[in-house]
Amino acid sequence: MADRLRIRFVKLGKVRFTSHRDVARMWERAVRRSSLPVASSNGFNPRPLLAFGLALPTGAESLAEYLDVTLAPIDPSRAENLDDLGCLAVTLSDALPVGIDVVALSRLAGGADSLQQEVTLCSWDLEVRGVTASELAGRVERLLDAPSVSMQRERKGRIFDDDLRPAVRSLVVSHHHEGSSCGAPTWLRAELATRPRGVRPRELVEALGADVMQGRARRTQQWIEHGGERWEPLSVGPGLDAAMAAHAWERAS
Amino acid sequence: MRSLWPSVEPLLDGVSKPARYIGGEFGAAAPVHGPGQLAWLLVYPDTYEIGLPNQGLQILYELLNERTDSVAERAYAPWVDMEAAMRAAGVPLFSLENHLSAADFDVIAFNLSAELVYTNVLNLLDLAGLAVRTADRQPAQPLVLAGGHCAFNPEPLADFVDAFVLGDGEEVVGEITEVVGSWRSGGSEDRGEMLEALASVAGVYVPSLYRVSRADGALREVAPVSPAAPVRIEKRTVADLAAWPYPKRQLVPLTEVVHDRLNVEVFRGCTRGCRFCQAGMITRPVRERPELQVREMIQAGLARTGYDEVALTSLSTADFSSIEETVRAVMSGACGDQPVSVSLPSLRVDAFTVGTATEIARARRTGLTFAPEGGTWRMRRVINKLITEDDLYGAVDAAFANGWRRVKLYFLIGLPTERDEDVLGIVELARRCVEVGRRHQRSPTVVASVGGFVPKAQTPFQWSAQDTVAELARKIHLLKDACRGVRGLSLRWHDPEASVVEGLASRGDRRMGAVIERVWRAGGTFQEWSECFDLAKWEAALDAEGLSFDEVVHRLRSGDEVLPWDHLSAGLHRDFLWADWQDALAAVAVEDCRWTPCYDCGACTDAGLEHVVASNVAPAGGSQGTGQDLSRGDRVPVRFVGSAGAR
Ligand code: SF4
Repeated sequence: MADRLRIRFVKLGKVRFTSHRDVARMWERAVRRSSLPVASSNGFNPRPLLAFGLALPTGAESLAEYLDVTLAPIDPSRAENLDDLGCLAVTLSDALPVGIDVVALSRLAGGADSLQQEVTLCSWDLEVRGVTASELAGRVERLLDAPSVSMQRERKGRIFDDDLRPAVRSLVVSHHHEGSSCGAPTWLRAELATRPRGVRPRELVEALGADVMQGRARRTQQWIEHGGERWEPLSVGPGLDAAMAAHAWERAS
Repeated sequence: MRSLWPSVEPLLDGVSKPARYIGGEFGAAAPVHGPGQLAWLLVYPDTYEIGLPNQGLQILYELLNERTDSVAERAYAPWVDMEAAMRAAGVPLFSLENHLSAADFDVIAFNLSAELVYTNVLNLLDLAGLAVRTADRQPAQPLVLAGGHCAFNPEPLADFVDAFVLGDGEEVVGEITEVVGSWRSGGSEDRGEMLEALASVAGVYVPSLYRVSRADGALREVAPVSPAAPVRIEKRTVADLAAWPYPKRQLVPLTEVVHDRLNVEVFRGCTRGCRFCQAGMITRPVRERPELQVREMIQAGLARTGYDEVALTSLSTADFSSIEETVRAVMSGACGDQPVSVSLPSLRVDAFTVGTATEIARARRTGLTFAPEGGTWRMRRVINKLITEDDLYGAVDAAFANGWRRVKLYFLIGLPTERDEDVLGIVELARRCVEVGRRHQRSPTVVASVGGFVPKAQTPFQWSAQDTVAELARKIHLLKDACRGVRGLSLRWHDPEASVVEGLASRGDRRMGAVIERVWRAGGTFQEWSECFDLAKWEAALDAEGLSFDEVVHRLRSGDEVLPWDHLSAGLHRDFLWADWQDALAAVAVEDCRWTPCYDCGACTDAGLEHVVASNVAPAGGSQGTGQDLSRGDRVPVRFVGSAGAR
């Protein structure tokens, strides 16, 4: 089993308008620039073996994006490259665009599942406008009380009726300013399951009423759940989290 | 100057491909504007995906940001959804680096690579908050410049652009910076004063200093009305590419664009002498980059950008003297320790070239493209594209034998002296190529891609009539009929309507400006995009101005007619162009003056220039008119670069 690295990174600021595929391309180039010894796929058109987690919608920010990197068989002469993972995080961040920064990085246990298989839940901060905070709180309560929330979706050219309620694990109005008017944003904190059928932040906001508009969306955590417990694929200490986010924010805006 | 980002950002959630508007490319400058620094906004008047890779713009961007007396930012045409959002929110055209309003800059400079973008130029000026016509602009408003291939007939845009730059921009941008910078720091309110100063810079054309006079419905002359303006404006030519190893910091975009790879220009200019090719005619003489510098640029570029593909660019890269050495160096890892592929955007038609193409494309051997351009040997002599049938079959044979699955052939229709047998010759040639392919593969594919010929200024075909839409459509119909039932052959063609509109802009005179303005006012932007192109708008605008396609596009010009661009020079003698036109009509071919004697077109002789090439021998393979007697090569005005590649 080849050595793998799991990397956690943030996507903040202007770069949030790039797509999931754009980010994959940025990583391929960053990896080549940094000379990290990454294994390549076989075949006519070899590509570095990078496995990304759940796609982030274009326009959303994130404090918790992941990828797994399969390393090339270690060349003893270059092994020192990987000894200092902290140093590697800095090298990679420098090779990545402004707003994309590595915040944690670790070797992955041999048999670990892929990110797409492991992660079952994501936490989001969602900025919403159009209704007052108290009105929003009422609607949130009604949505959580409802046994099902139907929503129409298109798949392969056909319209399906889906129930989004089961995927909404928790939803709270997280913060707002006193006496805020309709124009001022309110933030929702949501936990949305990714299985069996995930819910996008935009779909959740739409379900709260046609007059509710989504502003910024930020994925704050991804979760692996097992036997009633949950943990992040790679955690960052609260201090580091805040510091990195602030740093990236400053560079990105 | 204030960043518009806070007003731009909210628009981006509702538009397609929002990453077009954020900047942040790897290699982008972070200019800090200050007093004593002339601020340039370099604009490519098409979408970000098309405009970002433009190397000319990137070169000037770097040069201007390296100078201490200038800074440069970039802008591209916002797509229609973004433009609507910007207009609704009152957001003007903005730069990508600091998201500044275009009106905050001292100079707005457009890159004109294609005629169909002209209405976008007007739209962008309007979006910048400027009067579209130069005569209506205020002294404090930015100076509007344009350069690029289309500047060799700038008359259709003469009412909207303050000054045009002819030829290579590397040296002249600095001179313009000094002239405009000193005018600005002098605090003068007189725009005319600055324009006169600009007119004295070599290669700069200030249309407002020239009067267009007409007599008996024909152009009489375009003559200067100011002593500062020269009678004839000569293009600028960089004598030695080795002095300009740019871009050094090629931009790596955050999102998908065309030609998304490292580009290294291996030479500029081309003397193959294809008579329809404006790019070849206006960029003479040939100036090769030294092989060693090419290698250094590849090595540094790959390491810096993280690209895994490098394109060696020029008008005919297989003609680069050191092509084999360069390709071998890259493929053997001499330019970096990671696998890379090389692409040659323009292939010569011969088996030798296919060998090279195969060597470098180990990975994806999907399709190879050749451009015989004409369907019969007679036609190819008329256009001076000297590819024999044997050259082509040899190349196609080598391609299919080497495992390529598809061969694409480019052709033009509507060429001067063309007969139906020449048109049908395209199908015959393509059909035989499929047969050649069957020797090696069960189901080889040949794609014949057919475009309508548009005569261009400063070429031997500038006097030619251009086919009508009906005639082009008839020829396409002939081709479709002839292709029917031919297994393995497929036909693609360009919209004839777009070709005739391109013809309006490519050879129109100053009266065309009013037509362009009408089309723009009627909402006709992005005319090079089929989903936006609208012939009816052009027809209506021509009608309203009392002009016609017949007069501008479909008419054969006579030798004594004054052409709208006669006061501008790409270095080529009018006599040379006329003689070449007469040769074309007689199907007489001329050789490449890189390896045979000079025939004094004017490009070197008048400008004190010479070819800069590493080899005085025509490339191996012997195709495209190079398999001829080369013994007189000693009289060629050629300077040899380096010794590595010289044989
Ligand atoms: S002046 Fe002579 S050598 Fe130079 S490009 Fe013209 S024909 Fe060729």
